[in-house]
Amino acid sequence: MPLNIVVCVKLTPSTANIEIDPATGSLRREKMSFAINPFDEYAVEEGVRLKERIPGSWVGALSLGAPDSEAALRESIARGVDEAFLISGPAFEGSDTFATGYALAMGIKKIAQIKGRVDLVICAKQTNDSDTGQVGPAVAAWLGWPGISFVKKVEEVSDKFLRLHRMMEDGYDVIEADLPAVIAVLKEINEPRLASLKGKMAAKKAAIPRWGAAELGVDESKIGRRGSPCAVAQQAAPPARPQGHRIQGGSPQEKAKQLVEKLQELKLI
Amino acid sequence: MEQEKSAAQANAHKGVWIFAEQRHGQLISTAYELLNVGRRLASDLNAELSAVLIGHKVAEHAQALIEHGADRVFVHDHPMLENFLEEVYSRLLCELIQKAPPDKFLLPASILGRSVAARTAVEARTGLAADCTELSIRKDSGLLNAVRPAFGGNLLATILCENSRPEMATVRPMAFGRAQRVAGRQGEVVVVKVEPERFKTRTRFVQFVREDSGEQDIASCDKVVSGGRGLGASKGFDLIREFAHTLGAAVGASRATVDAGWIPYRHQVGLTGRTVRPKLYFACGISGQIQHLAGMSSSEVIVAINTDPEAPMMKLATFSIEGDLYEVVPAIIGELKHRRGDAVTHNSTNSN
Repeated sequence: MPLNIVVCVKLTPSTANIEIDPATGSLRREKMSFAINPFDEYAVEEGVRLKERIPGSWVGALSLGAPDSEAALRESIARGVDEAFLISGPAFEGSDTFATGYALAMGIKKIAQIKGRVDLVICAKQTNDSDTGQVGPAVAAWLGWPGISFVKKVEEVSDKFLRLHRMMEDGYDVIEADLPAVIAVLKEINEPRLASLKGKMAAKKAAIPRWGAAELGVDESKIGRRGSPCAVAQQAAPPARPQGHRIQGGSPQEKAKQLVEKLQELKLI
Repeated sequence: MEQEKSAAQANAHKGVWIFAEQRHGQLISTAYELLNVGRRLASDLNAELSAVLIGHKVAEHAQALIEHGADRVFVHDHPMLENFLEEVYSRLLCELIQKAPPDKFLLPASILGRSVAARTAVEARTGLAADCTELSIRKDSGLLNAVRPAFGGNLLATILCENSRPEMATVRPMAFGRAQRVAGRQGEVVVVKVEPERFKTRTRFVQFVREDSGEQDIASCDKVVSGGRGLGASKGFDLIREFAHTLGAAVGASRATVDAGWIPYRHQVGLTGRTVRPKLYFACGISGQIQHLAGMSSSEVIVAINTDPEAPMMKLATFSIEGDLYEVVPAIIGELKHRRGDAVTHNSTNSN
């Protein structure tokens, strides 16, 4: 039986160009370029691959963010996703992972109403901006579905269950999860393909529904700043590392000797 | 969040909890690290420190946790808990939170900790700060100041969870030292009744496949030796492994080497890989792209070996050596072995 799959994506600052105002410690957003969270490329690719594995399946992309988050959704369509949906509105601003998980779960429920059902949600391991890795498990908790994070392989998939490899520190666990389920996938899971010309055309043409708090029927006490248990009290640039020491010396042996002496002084070896 | 309800809620929540992670029945080092920082927070609050232990045949570890600073250990011991399932572990943690509500709850930012903490926080309707590297108690309010790197370590954010309890945080492995052992220290062991028939578990553990072939894990070793593109070929990791072995270090890698298939992904340090915070980090032939720095720039001492003196890693490093790693690394290995040889001779002289 075909699967309905939803991939959660986010528009984030491109990693290489993060600029922080040294005075305020906050991001200089106006100076940064934004793109689909690089980790999401693997989640999108896995969704598209699973769709290809099970004929008749459908894969959608869902994002929560400012209106410009559409760019991440169009990128997902260019990479093979069938449809995209955006949750956006002032009421969602300032959402932490708790509130983000709730809003995405509500979006998934709405997609399930439209498409009949949703069998699988795929998130990336984390975003490159907040680095929390908490949204995948939070979405699973809000939906009350099984959740498996750090997934490095989908070994088997049917309309009833998934058999997954979950990375552990010393190897991997083979886990089976009944559907519907939420998984968070690692970079190791696949090699994302580039957007096709056909995909790019589809991305350009796609109409992306935008859902606000009212359309989604959310409990407004659970979204945005008000609904977020956590708040950022302060941001600062990390303290600069002390000035480094360049080991001088003629031969590699001399340099090695000096280095080892330094490390012994510091009781590191 | 609603102010009145949460103020009352905050009063009912007492003490600091830490999650004592075990792997294959053995406590891992984060348990001792969390006891260390948890003890400090508990002392500042004049509160008790409890450890939560989940596994099979793990009750024997309760005394070790007490001797390292826990006043109380909640033990969940059952065959179905031998292996980690997010659903099951988070359910147990939620039930325990409801029964004996804590004020603060720290978990390791390990694979298990990061997975289970986020689910538990939502189920317990509270906030969670991810992957913290500094923790303290605010004097005015008793709230937890949770400091964490974001944007790949380019920004330090202080997170507060004012109106929900427990305030939860995951803590980066190696961010804190281990608690000291006090032999014979007394504490309370609370055995929590686990009733598997109540769980409608929809996930099943099938098997564990070991992949590390006895190597140390990069996230829990206090020394890491990493190789980058400068190795030139996959066999370059033979030298890195030899170096790591001589030093007692774990083997790390840059993204480029993992993408090239020279070494498995679990070794990858960086934004798309894993985050490490060792006392000593060797970057061999790694230029220091921002994506790699995100995974290791909080290491205590960084040594860079590179032919390019202008590489970002050479500028970040505590000690930098300009040179060919294929000459410098063998020289360091030789020097280490030489000194170790000296030490052995020296000791045997003393014992005579």
